[in-house]
Amino acid sequence: MEVEGGSRSAGAGEDRTIPIQSGQPMAFFQFTQQNLPACKPVLTPAWVITACLLMGFIFIPIGLVTLRASHSVIEIVDQYDTECVPEVHKYMKAPIYIYYQLDNYYQNHRRNQIPNVVGFCLCICFDSKLTPRYLPESNHGLPIVPCGLIAWSFFNDTFKFIRERTELMVNRKNIAWKSDRDHKFGKQVYPFNFQNGTFTGGGSLDPSIPLSDQEDLIVWMRTAALPSFRKLYGRIEEDLDEGDLLEVHVMNNYNTYSFGGKKKLVLSTLSWLGGKNDFPGLAYVFIGCSSIIISIVFMLLHVKNPRAYGETAYLSWNRKSISG
Amino acid sequence: MAGNRRKRHNFSSQIHAFTCGKTSFQGDHSLIGGPGFSRVVYCNDPDCFESSVLNYSDNYVRTTKYTLATFLPRSIFEQFRRVANLYFLLCAILSFTPLSPYSAVSNVLPLVVVIGATMGKEILEDWRRKKQDIEVNNRKVKVHFGDGVFESSKWKDLKVGDIVKVEKDEFFPADLILLSSSYEEAICYVETTNLDGETNLKLKQALDATSNLIEDSSFQNFKAIIRCEDPNASLYSFVGTMDIEEQQYPLSPQQLLLRDSKLRNTDYIYGVVIFTGHDTKVIQNSTPPPSKRSKIERRMDKIIYFLFGTLVLMSIIGSIIFGITTSEDIEDGRMKRWYLRPDDTTVYYDPKRAAAAAILQFWTDVLLYGYLIPISLYVSIEIVKMLQSRFINQDIHMYYEEADKPALARTSNLNEELGQVDTILSDKTGTLTCNSMEFIKCSIAGTSYGRGVTEVERAMASRKGSPLPQEATEEEANVVESAEEKASVKGYNFVDERIVNGNWVKEPRADVIHKFLRLLAICHTALPEIDEETGRITYEAESPDEAAFVIAARELGFEFYERTQTSISLHELDPVSCRSVERSYKLLNVLEFSSSRKRMSVIVRNEEGTLLLLSKGADSSVMFERLAENGREFEEQTKAHINEYADAGLRTLILAYRELDEEEYNRFNEEFTVAKNSLSADREEMIEEAAEKIEKDLILLGATAVEDKLQNGVPECIDKLAQAGIKLWVLTGDKMETAINIGFACSLLRQGMQQIVVNSDTPETKALEKSEDKSAVAAALKESVIRQILDGRTLLRASNESSEALALIIDGKSLAYALEDDVKDIFLELAIGCASVICCRSSPKQKALVTRLVKVKTGSTTLAIGDGANDVGMLQEADIGVGISGAEGMQAVMSSDIAIAQFRFLERLLLVHGHWCYRRISSMICYFFYKNIAFGFTIFFFQMYASFSGQTVYNDWFLSLYNVFFTSLPVIALGVFDQDVTARLCLRFPLLYQEGIQNVLFSWTRILGWAFNGVLSAIIIFFFCIRAMEQQAFRKGGEVAGLEILGATMYTCVVWVVNCQMALSISYFTFIQHIFIWGGIIFWYLFLLAYGAMDPYISTTAYKVFIEACAPAPFFWLITILVLISSLLPYFAYSSIQMRFFPFYHQMIQWIRVDGQIDDPEYVYMVRQRSLRPTTVGFTARFEASSRNLKADLEKMTEGQAL
Repeated sequence: MEVEGGSRSAGAGEDRTIPIQSGQPMAFFQFTQQNLPACKPVLTPAWVITACLLMGFIFIPIGLVTLRASHSVIEIVDQYDTECVPEVHKYMKAPIYIYYQLDNYYQNHRRNQIPNVVGFCLCICFDSKLTPRYLPESNHGLPIVPCGLIAWSFFNDTFKFIRERTELMVNRKNIAWKSDRDHKFGKQVYPFNFQNGTFTGGGSLDPSIPLSDQEDLIVWMRTAALPSFRKLYGRIEEDLDEGDLLEVHVMNNYNTYSFGGKKKLVLSTLSWLGGKNDFPGLAYVFIGCSSIIISIVFMLLHVKNPRAYGETAYLSWNRKSISG
Repeated sequence: MAGNRRKRHNFSSQIHAFTCGKTSFQGDHSLIGGPGFSRVVYCNDPDCFESSVLNYSDNYVRTTKYTLATFLPRSIFEQFRRVANLYFLLCAILSFTPLSPYSAVSNVLPLVVVIGATMGKEILEDWRRKKQDIEVNNRKVKVHFGDGVFESSKWKDLKVGDIVKVEKDEFFPADLILLSSSYEEAICYVETTNLDGETNLKLKQALDATSNLIEDSSFQNFKAIIRCEDPNASLYSFVGTMDIEEQQYPLSPQQLLLRDSKLRNTDYIYGVVIFTGHDTKVIQNSTPPPSKRSKIERRMDKIIYFLFGTLVLMSIIGSIIFGITTSEDIEDGRMKRWYLRPDDTTVYYDPKRAAAAAILQFWTDVLLYGYLIPISLYVSIEIVKMLQSRFINQDIHMYYEEADKPALARTSNLNEELGQVDTILSDKTGTLTCNSMEFIKCSIAGTSYGRGVTEVERAMASRKGSPLPQEATEEEANVVESAEEKASVKGYNFVDERIVNGNWVKEPRADVIHKFLRLLAICHTALPEIDEETGRITYEAESPDEAAFVIAARELGFEFYERTQTSISLHELDPVSCRSVERSYKLLNVLEFSSSRKRMSVIVRNEEGTLLLLSKGADSSVMFERLAENGREFEEQTKAHINEYADAGLRTLILAYRELDEEEYNRFNEEFTVAKNSLSADREEMIEEAAEKIEKDLILLGATAVEDKLQNGVPECIDKLAQAGIKLWVLTGDKMETAINIGFACSLLRQGMQQIVVNSDTPETKALEKSEDKSAVAAALKESVIRQILDGRTLLRASNESSEALALIIDGKSLAYALEDDVKDIFLELAIGCASVICCRSSPKQKALVTRLVKVKTGSTTLAIGDGANDVGMLQEADIGVGISGAEGMQAVMSSDIAIAQFRFLERLLLVHGHWCYRRISSMICYFFYKNIAFGFTIFFFQMYASFSGQTVYNDWFLSLYNVFFTSLPVIALGVFDQDVTARLCLRFPLLYQEGIQNVLFSWTRILGWAFNGVLSAIIIFFFCIRAMEQQAFRKGGEVAGLEILGATMYTCVVWVVNCQMALSISYFTFIQHIFIWGGIIFWYLFLLAYGAMDPYISTTAYKVFIEACAPAPFFWLITILVLISSLLPYFAYSSIQMRFFPFYHQMIQWIRVDGQIDDPEYVYMVRQRSLRPTTVGFTARFEASSRNLKADLEKMTEGQAL
């Protein structure tokens, strides 16, 4: 009485002559009959528990390592207005990275972005070839290089670091992404007609240095993702000792007061993973712990309750009929 | 046979009353030349000046949807009739304005791809039609080229006015007027199966005036002008005149040969082309099948509207916040966010016109959040369904070898609907049964002959005898096989040594037997076909029962071998000499069968000159009333036998005859001829009236019984369907007893089932009918029907407590009342409560009405299955129409959605393909929404961090390729290949099908669950990414992550998450799934590499983002893994708990499979038993019921013993 689809197919497969089948390989026949060899994983308790435990045991160590890397980073964050005296509370090994941080600043605003696409296209097109593929927005008929609102609102605070009366050397080379320096910003493109409008935005540029060497501009031109962001200012290539008092001479040119933004100066060392952020490590540990907890809870439930299959009171249609 | 030898027939005009002389110039013929009747055909002169002025269309027939020229505009128009596509078109247009948050090209491309794919599909389908067209249009036909020379020419080159010669078994290339044929009387036989599905041959006859054109050469100087009606779709009417040599003759449908019908039993005909190509009646008649949409798709539309709503809401929120922040940019003349230059800006960002900016921003947002709406959904579903249909068509288990017919999904729209069928409405004849009749018994002169055992009897015997139906069915199967071996003659299964081999002459009433058999051999409309080689005669008959009679007569010694217009010739066994002699009977009149008459008669004159009226009638009430007083000799016995036969599931006919005297006949003939020749509307009635007068005072001879055999595997299939919880209603035109018997044979009914019979054929109702007042009769009948239904309902309520199964049997007359507006609700209530419903004696219209009633009132999915032209209404009315491509022509198949060759394939079609398709499509749609919500919400969340300015976090091309490349293929693989359980297990656990009926896989909770999962994934992806990458250095070099790195990372996470989510939620991996899922992810990385390597002018923000920034940074990989696992963890936990503690039915089956207990029959039985709702029909139920009874008996016995 039982119709054995599988066994019937095995028997029927060979002798039947369906036009589609003739002369075609077995795999194709299986394909048309939807009978391809397949792996059919099922979430059995053993699988679930193993997978969760495994996940936990992988994630927690990764989280701990990540956390450790994050903790190994020494970071000094100091809000500044006119002056700034950050204290080194722990020994910082060179290189120490200097960032400026702006809060509540929407560099990712779409108004910035649209001209920016054009703006940095300009920079590209001047690369090596001198004929522009795109004519930038002009001011009195003359092109502006670099153009766009982002360039126009170029950050122009400067910092001078003094430790015990001696000025610390700040290396401001190699702070931008290499591809930007090499390809996006032209080596033979010089700032031109920049900040010449009626209303001056941010900082101005030395028209004698090609754009590809104006690394602070290149850094600035990479749009920040979020309204609170840091950008690399430079590197101090000397170690700082614990208790060192740094005196920072700030040229506070950049206006953040009108929109209530804050400016911060950040000194940070780096680990193999980058800067200081506990979140990934904590998240790893959290997820690892959760999956272990899930596996334990699941295991307990599994052991306590007998297997429910065949117990069809759970089926929705049976539930309906039970209740009503 | 030589083509030119003309057959001689003694032609007498009495039979074919349509001899058209001048007398019948009346009525419609006066219209010719007026509006609607303007066609003029210059016969044999298609190139003359007058006809070239008329410029009728050529004979090229195009069934394709598009031509080269119309393809583009038309298909584009078709595409944009869909609301979603229109929306995307709007987006594409808007994306060329500055409103667009991304570049126009990137937005247009996916649309182009999607539209292009759909168009490609259209082209593919149209190409198939085109090939068919080419084949048809290039068929050859012989055409008169002048000077009496006929040469072959292509169909498409035919012109109006051409003379063509069509030979035996060829199709007519256009609508022709018959001029002459190989028969002297210029008649020909035509098969119109392609037009109306009727398999009987129709007779056509040319005008006398042209019937002498018998040679090719006679057309040398033939000239005629035909004036007739304009092209129209009516197959059965035609009005025209033909002018030959100043003489005018009327033309009627009798001369019209329609395109696509076939010349049969005639060597050749000559005809003149009057309608060509698209003017032909068959083409004018072709209408596309009604387009049906599945419930899932309708619900999907609702989800799309829901998403639209979400989109608009999000856009409104976004634009309001944007408006507020923008208006705050200048406060009291002081700029706040000076770096945005609010003083020098366009209208889009102008703080002074913040409201306008907000409104414009709304449109930007509409564009931006458009990723919530899956652009590729429709095209993916179409592709998937097309492939699913392929699988259905190619399934070897639904391939019927004997007829070389695979299943054919004619529309792919309804695949998933196949998984949700709640009620099947089935025709009986040809669907449940083979529609091949076997002459098995007869009752002659009050004696019953024939010892064949019918399937129903076998079933009944086993029902009574054996408590184990399994064994019984096996035995049954064996018996059937052996019986099949014995029955060498198709349609004949008569075993009785008293009759066969001429033994009947020794029977006491040999004279009656003689008359009986002769009647069988004469009274029919079949045509003999002599096989030239073997000399064996086969018959072409209108219906299989008729064929069975003629065959039976032949086997018993009355071989009918020739029919002419006026005579029927037999080899008959002479009872005196016991030798075969040739006898011919002059055929005078045929009183044809019609559904209202339920009988047919012929009037013949035998060689002795006696006039005989031979009559056979379908229904006892029809025939017994017409018997003469002296003809009722065997009435009682015959009636008893008929009831016996009906109990055995046989179709019975009553045979009777009478001798006529000349005078009576002449009177009748006159009246009959007048009636036949009249052109008025009540012609049919007049004919019936005339026939009525002569069909009386008959002398009863006996009755025949033919078996309508059940198709192979029907009981098993019905049992499976019943176990799956599908209700089966049988709607049949048969009489109640036959229907009930078939019900028993296929286990729809069983003993112990309470039958509620609603009948208007009871003695009381008959008494009622005698009264004169028609309306009073109707009211009384209705009253009685309502009473019976209400009685049934009380029974039903009572039985609900005792869980006893009920069956409802209702006849056509009662059904007419039950379907009236005020009754149909209680009728439906009763019918739904019953385990089986059988409607007998129902007309095609009633079948359609019942279907609509069930469909509309219960809201459940109905499937109608049938094979004949009378099922067409039902097939089109039901949610799904399944046609059986059997013997009864193509009409049902042409109006069906899916055609199968045998009823038993329904089991696989529904339980396997239906279930799979339902599951596939519903999970596919859910998953589509999931992936687009997950993606769309990350875009939305980012807006919160970009002051709702409409800036996207992703590169334009990432956005646009999301739906088209990185995530679409796995979904298609899901839709085409996914299987929750194998076909074998689908069939073993039919209750699995309930998942579709209950719609558990596409319930709103499940859809919203997936939407919620999408939002959850978006939250985890977005917030984990931004928290992890917020400010600090992204890597060792000290650089921080900018917008482009965040975008690339987040996008990578999205691609991983949605693809792995897919991998997690499906439980069936072939290498195809692996390729698509993992390939999708790998493809993303490759794309990122390739795209990043392009000139920065093209790649913009993606320039070297992977190779320089992401790939070398361990942070990137750490985040990918973190986000991936944490996004999947909630779903993983949920689904493993659900799987373990609250499994769906398919998951239970998966458990059984995993535990390897699938081969443990006891275990499987146990699980299945526990999950089965008690079924009430099918042999499983019958088995259960009988074993219950047995148990009860045993208990009683033991109790008795204990006492």
